[in-house]
Amino acid sequence: MWERIREIIRKELIQSLREPRLRFMLFLPPILQLLIFGFAVNLDLEHSKIAWMDLDNTPESRDLGAAFRASRYFEVAALPDHEEQVQDLMDHSRVQAVIRVLPGFARDIERGRTAGVQVLIDGTNSNTASLVSNYANLVVAGYAAQVQAEQQIQRLMARSPTAPVSGSVAQVNARSRVWFNPDLRSRNYFIPGVVANIIMTVTLMLTALGIVREKEIGTMEQLMVTPIRPIELMIGKTIPFALVGLIDLVLVTSVAILVFHIPFRGSALLLLACSILFLMTSLGAGLFISTVSNTQQQAMMSSFFFTMPAFMLSGFTFPIRNMPPAIKAIAYVNPVYYFMEIVRGIFLKGAGLQAVWPQMIFLAVFGAAILGLSAWRFQKRLD
Amino acid sequence: MNLRRTGAVMHKEMRHILRDSRSLAMALAVPILMLLLFGLALSLDVDHIPTFIYDADRTASSRDLIEQFRGSKYFQILGYPDNYDAIDKAIDRNQILLGVVIPPDYSRRIGAGKAADVQLLIDGSDSNTASIALGYAQSVVQSYSLALRSQGQNHKGGGPSQTSPPVDSLLRVWYNSRLESKNYVVPGLIAVILMIIGSVLTSLTIAREWEMGTMEQLLSTPLRPTELVLGKMAAYFVVGIVDLSISIGCGVLIFQVPLRGSFLLLVFTSCLFLFGTLFWGIYLSAGSKTQLEAYQMAMLSSFLPAFMLSGFVYAIESMPPVIQAVSYLVPARYFVVILKGVFLKGVGLDVLWIETLFLAGYAAVVFFLATRRLKQKIT
Repeated sequence: MWERIREIIRKELIQSLREPRLRFMLFLPPILQLLIFGFAVNLDLEHSKIAWMDLDNTPESRDLGAAFRASRYFEVAALPDHEEQVQDLMDHSRVQAVIRVLPGFARDIERGRTAGVQVLIDGTNSNTASLVSNYANLVVAGYAAQVQAEQQIQRLMARSPTAPVSGSVAQVNARSRVWFNPDLRSRNYFIPGVVANIIMTVTLMLTALGIVREKEIGTMEQLMVTPIRPIELMIGKTIPFALVGLIDLVLVTSVAILVFHIPFRGSALLLLACSILFLMTSLGAGLFISTVSNTQQQAMMSSFFFTMPAFMLSGFTFPIRNMPPAIKAIAYVNPVYYFMEIVRGIFLKGAGLQAVWPQMIFLAVFGAAILGLSAWRFQKRLD
Repeated sequence: MNLRRTGAVMHKEMRHILRDSRSLAMALAVPILMLLLFGLALSLDVDHIPTFIYDADRTASSRDLIEQFRGSKYFQILGYPDNYDAIDKAIDRNQILLGVVIPPDYSRRIGAGKAADVQLLIDGSDSNTASIALGYAQSVVQSYSLALRSQGQNHKGGGPSQTSPPVDSLLRVWYNSRLESKNYVVPGLIAVILMIIGSVLTSLTIAREWEMGTMEQLLSTPLRPTELVLGKMAAYFVVGIVDLSISIGCGVLIFQVPLRGSFLLLVFTSCLFLFGTLFWGIYLSAGSKTQLEAYQMAMLSSFLPAFMLSGFVYAIESMPPVIQAVSYLVPARYFVVILKGVFLKGVGLDVLWIETLFLAGYAAVVFFLATRRLKQKIT
């Protein structure tokens, strides 16, 4: 039996590595995918373009303008002076927000009334918009605190010019400390997730299309007339793809560490072990799809219907916390979600076995179940 | 070029599509699945941040600050531990995202008119959520600090009463006034859906003919490459249009995404984009000997860029300059600008003509390339 399995593995490896072009296709897409994801997926906001419209034009309003210019979150890209210009800038998406200081700004401050600053935001991209509004509020509030402190000191001076000035006033500062990803780089969060995703898509698709291809071009019949038994065929067909998956894992992890400088704080061995557990799921799903498809087009579409939700409901970019309860329930039986947790834990938090064992158990159970189901169906289809 | 022969290829391809009812059903289900996933499940909005507050001071003034956090809809206080380690452990176990620590000398320092520090500990792994959460927490502390100061001021100075801050920002949001994720995700999604249907599905059609050997049969007919390309394209164009209608219909009727611009412009530009993606799929297909290869190429060159580099979820302005330059080569980028412009901003051709022109140019160039490649392959 083992000899026959070995022969299929050999055939499969020769078949997939024979053509330089195909060899290329096994390893290039994962790396390209990682590079595109790594560079493109960035939800951080810096140097957001804003328009500065100062209708007051006093030292006070210019101070506020300086505060916006000094912030690393903003870059003043336009200085409109009419409403039409504002409309135009926003319609063409040339700026993300318009800060408008209304006339009477300095007068209101002086009289102790609340002076208004209008912040007009392009809400098209709601995520960017809420970050922009957050940062704009912080700049304005910072300026307000400064104005207040000055006023206070002035008053104290006016009341008792001779007495020792206690310029200090009660205030509360927030000191923040960020764990695991101190620079708040979204790359550190996304790239370990991409690693998980790439392993799934590559192995699932290769298994599904590889088997269906034999059916479609008729070579499956030829295999069937040999003494190879279905279970042997199945093992022989999946092991090469598992190997490809593991090589891709090493490749992609190296790129993540070397090119993107993602911290790798945990154990590589643990990552490998968890990946093998996860491969059971993705190979099992690929096998399952191959049993329900007759053409490669069908297999491709079915894989899409499996990988897309699995990927989207894994917490990759969109936090599961935000999802409605029904969808959350689906996300919690999604093996990719657990694998994603493990990969991120190992990369960023240096999580060890004691932290990830519940996820590992889930992966093992789920993988065994889907692999068993597919093996059963595979055998039934061939008999 | 002969219209009758083109029609015959289209007819043959349509029968292929209709016969394989499962593939057809899935092709039509793609937009529904994508819209449901993105429209219902995916939201980057941050609220109910799970929080622990460790109050080492335990005085009236520290409780006053806690009250501010409790009153904000952005925070959900899960517990009040009495030591630092509990926060530590809870962050490690993903139980909370934010820990607020009020130091033991908090009220004493405030009473003495000095600055008191409040520590915010945050799990930064998800940097986007973390920075938004941090922003909310900072503004809670900041506005509390401002209120505290004005109180002190009135108390000490007795000047003009001022309980509100001296400067305040008045926020106004255009185009998507309630900042709903779905309003920007759903229009952009149409580009991704058309890309999947257009390129990925078509990329298999000619590769299949090569792989199965039926290409030889087609070649022995008087059919010319242009006719083959157009005929194949026409069949999948019909599928694309059906998917487009499903996407627009679901987006507007179910997800209530506002369609503020011209419907006609939307359909016109979508057709242009669809032409481009279909020809691109055929171009890839003509050069691939196997369906697996064609599929891989299509995923890499169409779906991935459309998903990542089109500005559909991930803002292009935040990418490094080189990637931004690459994104100008991605047709989906222009289409996403058009989609968001027409849906949310309600602008017309006067603003979007450059993008529209680019889509038309792209379709023409790719058509030419696809036909040429097929010719080369055949001869």
